[in-house]
Amino acid sequence: MKLSLQLVALYTILVKEIRRFTRIWMQTILPSAITVALYFLILGKFIGSRIGSVDGYPYIEFIAPGLIMMGIITNSYANTVSSFFSSKFQRHIEEMLVSPMPNYIIILGFVLGGMARGLIVGVAVTLTALVFTRLQMQNVTLVILTSILTAALFSTAGVINGIFAKSFDDTSIVPTFVLTPLTYLGGIFFSISMLPEFWQKASYANPILYMVNSFRMGILGVSDVNLAIAMSVMVGLLIILFMTSLHLLNKGTGTRS
Amino acid sequence: MMEYALSIKHLGKTYRNGVTALDDVSLDIEKGDFFALLGPNGAGKSTLIGIVTSLVRKSAGMVRVMGYDIDTHFSQAKSKIGVVPQDFNFNKFEPIIEILKNQAGYFGMGRHAALHAAEESLNNLSLWEKRKLTPRQLSGGMNRRLLIARALVHDPELLILDEPTAGVDIEIRRSVWNLMREINSHGRTIILTTHYLEEAESLCRNIGIIDRGKIIVNTSMRKLLEKLKEESFILYLQNPVTRLLDLEDYSYKFLDDKTLEVALSYDKTLHGLFNLLDRHGVTVSSIRNKANRLEELFLTMTHRNSE
Repeated sequence: MKLSLQLVALYTILVKEIRRFTRIWMQTILPSAITVALYFLILGKFIGSRIGSVDGYPYIEFIAPGLIMMGIITNSYANTVSSFFSSKFQRHIEEMLVSPMPNYIIILGFVLGGMARGLIVGVAVTLTALVFTRLQMQNVTLVILTSILTAALFSTAGVINGIFAKSFDDTSIVPTFVLTPLTYLGGIFFSISMLPEFWQKASYANPILYMVNSFRMGILGVSDVNLAIAMSVMVGLLIILFMTSLHLLNKGTGTRS
Repeated sequence: MMEYALSIKHLGKTYRNGVTALDDVSLDIEKGDFFALLGPNGAGKSTLIGIVTSLVRKSAGMVRVMGYDIDTHFSQAKSKIGVVPQDFNFNKFEPIIEILKNQAGYFGMGRHAALHAAEESLNNLSLWEKRKLTPRQLSGGMNRRLLIARALVHDPELLILDEPTAGVDIEIRRSVWNLMREINSHGRTIILTTHYLEEAESLCRNIGIIDRGKIIVNTSMRKLLEKLKEESFILYLQNPVTRLLDLEDYSYKFLDDKTLEVALSYDKTLHGLFNLLDRHGVTVSSIRNKANRLEELFLTMTHRNSE
């Protein structure tokens, strides 16, 4: 298949994916904005005012970048895992599998769809945050780059979950038991300098820590981790996950008998 | 060397659970053919189609579609195929116009060309008026037509239909038959798997019978039917007959006083039978085959194969 035709196929999947989640925006976009509004209200306004400042910033301002990241992470992942599994469950993934487009285009289409939802939710959460606090944006390029890399990374992880999932239960196991704990322990609500030494070191094994801090660096100009390491972790993980998902689809895991 | 629409050599498939679904299957189907692939449940028909359409991975062998190897030229090979699966595999929440536009898009057609192709395909299947509905809102027959419309949207040269009339009423079945005849008349190759042997006999020029993962027959429909040693006819008589008839070597029995069942071996003719009946003053008002001829043959062959 020529590159120009592959791009048409890719565009088709992307438009289909965007239509899918915008058609049910009350289930896909709105809940994150409401959840984050509650976080800002309870943790930021009511409790945050008693906590004082973290890394030189009022608590509500400190948690804002992490909450935006949380919206991007959970929605990118949720979009691809549910869309991919649903297309397997209803078997309309076969429409793509019998077509001449290569497997990397199929994965890329789902990933871009997940990224679109993650980034739209990111913008919605940012607008919600602006109701409660101010965001300075120290480095816009870093903010955009981190958002895109994080959305791509978790969209790809969602595809892998979707490939392996055999039931709807399987689509919620990873988000509940892996993603949520890692997100909450990834420095959204605290600086790891507040942790005991052992847990500080253990936190470096959590990839979400690098994303949250890279994003926080872009907005507030403060970070618990080295920026170069954070970028390397994100790019490295993205490459590993994409190649894994491609290998699985080429092998036919969960899609071909 | 002749270029076939589908050429399969030494194809094998063993599933992870150890079940061998296909064992050294070789098959050539000419361009423009209307080919029936028959076999009992679990014979390997769907596995074979799955491999050709890349939904099932083969364990051994080679498959070429319109001369393109599905391993080395998968993109070219797949672009030639339209597949109508046995079950409805649509996104049930998507309007049918979007289903067709997306399918065209996956084959590399831009939005404008995809819309045009979707419109043409839906019109051909009399579904254009329903384009804004979702599959959930369509009847079973309409969904069946939608499967065919989707398979044709990218104008494939080889159309593969996996039991396209399973579970549909006789009216829809006839309309699908007419449609398939028309599609084939435009030069498209059609491969049809079916349980309705009457369907295969009525539509197809060539036939392959698969049983336990092996092709046991691959010939023309005419040659296959010639293998029948005997054929039974039901004769409806104009007037009641209550006496025994001397029909020489024709074996017969009365089903009632106006219905006669006659077994006709291939060295006998209907003409001879009618002459004998005429001699006895018996007038035949109408006649039909007792059973589908292919069905008789199919049962004989698969039974013989299992012994």
